[in-house]
Amino acid sequence: MSGPVIRCAIYGVLETMQPALKGPRLAALFMLGVLLFNYPLLQLFAHDGMIFGLPVLYCYVFCAWAALIGLMAMVVERSEQP
Amino acid sequence: MTPSGRRVLIVEDDHNILISLKFLLENAGYDVLTASDGVRGWAALEEHQPDLAVFDIMLPALDGYELCRRVRASPKLQTMKILILSARGLDAEVAKGLQMGADAYLRKPFGTREFLETVGLLLVQTPYQ
Amino acid sequence: MLTGGMIVVVSFAYVGLLFAIAAYGDRRADTGRSLIANPYIYALSLAVYCTSWTFYGSVGRAATGGMGFLAIYIGPTLMAALWWVLLMKMIRISKANRITSIADFVASRYGKSPLLGGLVTIIAVVGIVPYIALQLKAISTSFSIILHYPGIAMPEKLGSQLFVGDNTFYIAMLLAAFTILFGTRHLDASERHEGLVAAIAFESVVKLAAFLAVGLFVTYGIYNGFTDIFDRAAQDIRLQTLITLGGESGNYGSWASLTLLSMFAILFLPRQFQVAVVENVDERHLNKAIWLFPLYLLAINIFVLPIALGGLLYFPSGGVDADTFVLTLPIAEKQAALAMLAFIGGLSAATGMGIVETIALSTMVCNDLVMPLLLRLRGLRLNERRDLSQLLLGIRRGAIVGILILGYVYFYLAGEAYALVSIGLISFSAVAQFAPAIILGLFWKGGTRQGAIWGLSAGFAIWIYTLLLPSFAKSGWLPATFLSQGLWGIELLKPQQLFGLQGLDEISHCLFWSLLANAGLYIALSLARTADAAEHAQATLFVDATRHVPGAGSRFWSGSASVNDLLTLLGRFLGPDRAREALAAYARVRGVSEVNAIPADADTVHHAESLLTGAIGSASARVMIASVVDEEPLGIGEVMHIIDEASQVLAYSRQLEQQSRELEAATNELRSANLRLTELDQLKNDFISTVTHELRTPLTSIRAFSEILRDNPALDMAQRENFLGIIIRESERLTRLINQVLDLAKLESGGGEWHAIQFDMRELIHESLRATSQLFNDNHVTISATLPDAAPEIIADRDRVMQVMQNLLSNAAKFCAPHRGRVTVALAPTQGALRVDIADNGPGISTEDQAVIFEKFRQAGDTLTDKPKGSGLGLAICKQIVEHLGGQLWVVSAPGAGATFSFTLPLPEVRA
Repeated sequence: MSGPVIRCAIYGVLETMQPALKGPRLAALFMLGVLLFNYPLLQLFAHDGMIFGLPVLYCYVFCAWAALIGLMAMVVERSEQP
Repeated sequence: MTPSGRRVLIVEDDHNILISLKFLLENAGYDVLTASDGVRGWAALEEHQPDLAVFDIMLPALDGYELCRRVRASPKLQTMKILILSARGLDAEVAKGLQMGADAYLRKPFGTREFLETVGLLLVQTPYQ
Repeated sequence: MLTGGMIVVVSFAYVGLLFAIAAYGDRRADTGRSLIANPYIYALSLAVYCTSWTFYGSVGRAATGGMGFLAIYIGPTLMAALWWVLLMKMIRISKANRITSIADFVASRYGKSPLLGGLVTIIAVVGIVPYIALQLKAISTSFSIILHYPGIAMPEKLGSQLFVGDNTFYIAMLLAAFTILFGTRHLDASERHEGLVAAIAFESVVKLAAFLAVGLFVTYGIYNGFTDIFDRAAQDIRLQTLITLGGESGNYGSWASLTLLSMFAILFLPRQFQVAVVENVDERHLNKAIWLFPLYLLAINIFVLPIALGGLLYFPSGGVDADTFVLTLPIAEKQAALAMLAFIGGLSAATGMGIVETIALSTMVCNDLVMPLLLRLRGLRLNERRDLSQLLLGIRRGAIVGILILGYVYFYLAGEAYALVSIGLISFSAVAQFAPAIILGLFWKGGTRQGAIWGLSAGFAIWIYTLLLPSFAKSGWLPATFLSQGLWGIELLKPQQLFGLQGLDEISHCLFWSLLANAGLYIALSLARTADAAEHAQATLFVDATRHVPGAGSRFWSGSASVNDLLTLLGRFLGPDRAREALAAYARVRGVSEVNAIPADADTVHHAESLLTGAIGSASARVMIASVVDEEPLGIGEVMHIIDEASQVLAYSRQLEQQSRELEAATNELRSANLRLTELDQLKNDFISTVTHELRTPLTSIRAFSEILRDNPALDMAQRENFLGIIIRESERLTRLINQVLDLAKLESGGGEWHAIQFDMRELIHESLRATSQLFNDNHVTISATLPDAAPEIIADRDRVMQVMQNLLSNAAKFCAPHRGRVTVALAPTQGALRVDIADNGPGISTEDQAVIFEKFRQAGDTLTDKPKGSGLGLAICKQIVEHLGGQLWVVSAPGAGATFSFTLPLPEVRA
């Protein structure tokens, strides 16, 4: 089969710019999440109490969860550069 | 043995050495001329055409090398013998002198006997004119 | 009212609706107005994570284990924060390398290894089969329940009839049919299914809506709100523990391991990889997904605990399975529409999972398991078959059916023993095995293929032993002694207490051992042996992916090919029309008008290969391209070798460059140092030879005259005296010279002792005048001194200062004309110092000579006419002394106008 012979070529790569703080901030939120939803803090709330008529643990988990999501949304939406 | 009629020119800038050499040579029966710098020395060479010239290398105005060169370049002085005296003791000096046309060298301080013997040897080889 | 027929009709109608949406989505994609190029759709499609496990099983788990069920949703929330790093990288890499499945991803990372691809496929299939069984169970159970409306009856013992008599089997086959229709109508090079994604997003909305509806109904319809339910629960002894993390899943260890497990699951479940990576249209959609998806999870879980507690309170006798509360509560309250909605919601959740997961699995089976095997079987002569696209589709469809049958079989064998959630966790544990190979592989270039293969195998084996087989044992298909006494009765090999590790629930236990072996072997083997060239290139590509512009890749070729060959090859796998379309698009990118005009270069070949990769996986695509292109004998290995060499050469030449620059700098330094040294050397040599000359000259006279005196006893007295005088004088001269040289040497080297005492300069001057008076008399030169009445005393080495004075005075005396010579000495205080001037009316010193007289062995005067007086070292010594004492020595003179030598000596500082 005839055809032009192809030679080896190596392509260079370019650096891309990224919004600098998003990654580390999100990583920090991750660690916050690990802290919030693990043994020490959970144990703190895992007792028979009621707050606003709701079990303390239930309240804590969902509120902390919502707060974390809120923070994640803020980080992502704020640091997005055009 | 004292050869007679041989003329020797001494070119030396240190007065005392000049005196001593003059005394030695005159005592040995040579006809001695002196000059205390290179320019006067050359003038004397041209005028008197001695059989032997004794140069100190370190001379003011015209140094011993240059005198040698001139002597060898001059047709009249071809047969003249040259003895150079070196005070600095550098081998390079001596070699250069010999290259320039000197026939023998002596390092200062030299012994009087040594000096006279060298002079005698050089003059033996010179044909009488 | 709700008859079986109606239920079936509604179900089919719903599925039909999904089809319609999918078809619409596909059509929009074809016309270029993609429906799913929308971050919200993307985020919703990710919610395929929530299956009937979420819909039904969470409530079941909450009813027995309290809040522990939430771990599986907290995990993905946490992982979402890390998506920016992890998932983004995976998306970039997959887009750049046309990776279309998780098996392809792993295989590609480790050098396009077909073995690894096959292994991952097997693990995925075996691991997901229970999960599919779970969906089948949910569908069939919910179907049975709603069939009994308005009564409540738990389904009979499931799996009583295998295959033909079993409803579940038909459900499985129906699901297979749907899947085939959704996903295998044609082969797409990028393996994208836009319509499917649209349908899935729609399903996520339906699931959420249905669940929220039931939740609201139970909380506010049956009871009086959250507080009501929780109050009542708090008063019920049984239920108190559920409000905390009580119950069988209530310990923190299990919470932590479930969180970790679900973090892995959200990344590595084949369906998640499919929607998150493969189907991703724009990586910026990830931004919304990072918080929208966790928000969805939060929303769908709010009512789980209330429903669970509500159900437990409603059905106190325990006759109703908690897994079914979402359905049975509306039924019990005679809410037909709501029950139907709930059923549809559950169906939606199950089918969504089933379809996407099965499509993903079938792609893997086709590309990474079957095709590589077939290509190696020479007998089939696949290289020569004209149209392979039909074969590929056939393989995929077969795989879909096969997987669903396997799901059904598992359901039959083991579905009885477990609650829904537990089955799901078994699958989670299987896909968690991908974690070391993928996560470490994304960040550590040193991860090798061997490490991945052995790690995966070990983890998988342990998973089988500690979870899969026990699940059969618990359903009675394996002897119960296997669980209680271990394999062959060896206690340490108890599958759920391996090596005596007790106290962990079975999931944590499996997670611990399997990840330990997996990660351990991966790391150990990766460290033991380095990657080969192909692996290394791929590793770099992966690990450095976020530093590259998307789309960059290694393009290596040495060979010749024609575009027609490539077109033919692509046609065989994609179908001739789609192949032509794809190449036409590429032609436009290359700026040529027709396919035939596309230049046959490395770029084109690479593009063809990537198109093929989408269809048959990267390993097989490589093989096919290689068969078409007449390759010069340059295998990838050799090519990598060349790169390595080239990069080594580059690095080396850079090193060399650096070195030569350093060398040049060093050479220059050396050269200048050498120059300096040579100069110094020269100076030293000059000095030495001059000193030698100066020493030998008087010696010559001394020796000559001594010998003359000895050899000539008859010399007259006058001459004797003369000569002796010369000897003596020259000896003195020699001595002086030697002393001066030594002195100078001492001064210059900084040695010597300096004794500083306080003295009056006027006294010193007087003394020096006295010392040199004889000299002045001999030369007939007058000397006078002008000294102030009072002068501050100075602190210095008196002898040295004396030396300076005497030297200067004797110079003045020597250089003055006799009888007319006049020398004056003056002493005056100046700013912080004493100054001494010694002026003579001698011939003066020319400017050139002024510069040199302070140097060693240099003297003023015409060398032609003037005999040198002195050694030439005197002034040099004076200068050294004066400067050492902190003063200065200089001369002011003009030819014919005499000379004035001056020096200063600093006064001692006034102490306050």
